[in-house]
Formats: sequence, structure tokens, C-alpha cells
Amino acid sequence: MNDRPGAQLDLAGVLVGIRRMAPLSLFVVIFGLAFGVAALARGLSGFEAMLMSALVFAGASQFAALELWGPEIPLLPLIATTFAINARHLLMGAAIQPWLAHLPPAQRYGSLVVMSDSNWAMAVADRQRGETNVGMLVGGGIALWLTWLAGTLLGVIFGSGIEEPERFGLDVIMGCFLLAMLLGGRRDLSMLAPWGAAALAAAMVWLPPHSHVIVGALAGGLVGLMVPARPPQEATA
Amino acid sequence: MSLPATTMGALAAILIMALVTYLTRAGGVFVMSRVPIGPRVERFINAMAGSVLVAVITPMAVQGDWGARLALLATLGVMLATQKALAAIAAGIVTAALWRLWL
Repeated sequence: MNDRPGAQLDLAGVLVGIRRMAPLSLFVVIFGLAFGVAALARGLSGFEAMLMSALVFAGASQFAALELWGPEIPLLPLIATTFAINARHLLMGAAIQPWLAHLPPAQRYGSLVVMSDSNWAMAVADRQRGETNVGMLVGGGIALWLTWLAGTLLGVIFGSGIEEPERFGLDVIMGCFLLAMLLGGRRDLSMLAPWGAAALAAAMVWLPPHSHVIVGALAGGLVGLMVPARPPQEATA
Repeated sequence: MSLPATTMGALAAILIMALVTYLTRAGGVFVMSRVPIGPRVERFINAMAGSVLVAVITPMAVQGDWGARLALLATLGVMLATQKALAAIAAGIVTAALWRLWL
């Protein structure tokens, strides 16, 4: 297995990764700002919003968690929602496993702390060009983490000055963000069946509170298994 | 089972979310180095990833006011037309704000 070059992680590569991610990171500041504002509107403290951005560092699941936040935080729906939304990381990690396997375990599992959609995608593109340095994954992740945190802080500062967030439409940020994320991926009409099933399942009003997320995610996943896989010649990605 | 939204409860909830999220980040690499992830599992995860978002959004449309519903429609329209997430979210917020201003 020595025909393929291995992998290495060094400071120079990380710095290059940070620099290459910088232009995209500016957008992340705005999304972070939206999260900070939405979190305060849902009753989180500024510290809690910052802590969530720092430790969870996964936008869609953070917005979805706000939806579950209330006088009580339902534990099982929170775990299931976080897992289901972030389960795509499992596939992303699996895709780069042969590459990261060349790193010592501490570097391998340390790099994954900051693995997110865009730095992963850029690192995969690097790898396909024959790059061995995983600096894009780590440096890009650090850039995204810093800007996500900076954006959240701006949102917390900005949001704390707003008395009635609904009046300015700020309570719909969560829903609109999640919908934009849903439609922002690859256009794939075969997803309409699972999504439809999820919507129907989640709209069943007699379900116990908050369980609709779990029911909807499972319903969509199961319908996705029944939809025939696309023919291989179409799968150009 | 649920946690109270006190400082400690919220802290625990955030730590649990962080742990679950890291397990998804590290889990793919960990599992793949032992057993390959097959196409059926991949299809289930891909369908579930979008479905959970649908399941979170649906009650907002069903139980929300017309401001929220129109906001989601505005985001849907702008997203389908332009694929620009920031513009789509901004359109949603402005729609809800204008609807409530007008009422």
C-alpha cells in the first residue's frame, strides 16, 4: 500500500488552510450572527449561545435545538435531532478515512473536531489532486470555528438590544435557515419521497410533544431505503 | 425525560449535544476503519439528513401564524430561484416583519 502517498499535518499547511477558507468565512459570520439573535429570542443566555457555538459547532443542529428549547429541554428529542442532522458527518468521515489512516490517532481524531461541510469538501478536492497535507481540513475548520464564534458574539450583542423579536420577524430565522440548508444541497428529486413522508409524519398533531422530529427522521430514512438507488452512470459526484 | 432550562440544565444539554456531534464527526472514520459503510446505510443516512430538517420545519408551518408561513414560502421561492441561502433567509425575515407590521 505504499503506492499512494500518505498524509501529514503541519503548521504551514494549517495556515494555508486558514488563508484559503478566509473569504468563505465571512459568510459564516452572518450565519453566526443569525444564530446568536435567534438563540437570545428563544431565551438562551449570551453565554449559553456562545458555549453552544464553541462546543457543538454545527449550525443546522444548533438552530434545530433552539426549536426544542423551552422551560424544559426534552433530552431524547434533543439527542435524536442532533444525531440525525449531523449523521452526514459519518459519511464525510468514512469518505476520508483511507487518507486520515496515515496520521497518528491523536492527529486523526483531533482533526475531526473541526470537520465541517465546506472544509471537508475543499480537503477532498485537495486529496483528489494528489495533495497529502490535511492542513485544509484543519486550518479551514479553525477559520470556520473562529468566524462562527465571532458571528455568534455579534448576534448576542445585537440581539440583546431587541425587546420584541417577533415584531422584526426574528423568530422565523430558525425555520428559514433550516429550509435554506435543506434546499441548498445537490438537487436530487429522489429525495422528494422521503421528505414528503417526513413532513406527513411530523404533521401528525396527536404525537407526543417533540417526538415528531424522531418520527419524521425515521420515516424519511426508511422511505429513502425503498427508493431505488440512482443508476451508477448518473452518480458523477 | 427532560432537563430544566436552568443554567446547569442548559449546560448539560449543550455538553450532550457537543458529545453527540463529535461522535458523528469521529464515528465515520472509526467505523470505516473496521467495517465499510454499505450503500444501504448511506441511502438511509442521506434520506434521514434532509428528513429531520423537514420534520423540524413542518410544525412551524402547520402551527405558526401567517407571518411564519409566508416567511417560509418566501425562503422557498428565493432559494429555488437563486440558491443563495443568505438572500433566502433575509427574504423570509423581511416577509414576516412586513406581514406583522401590516396587521
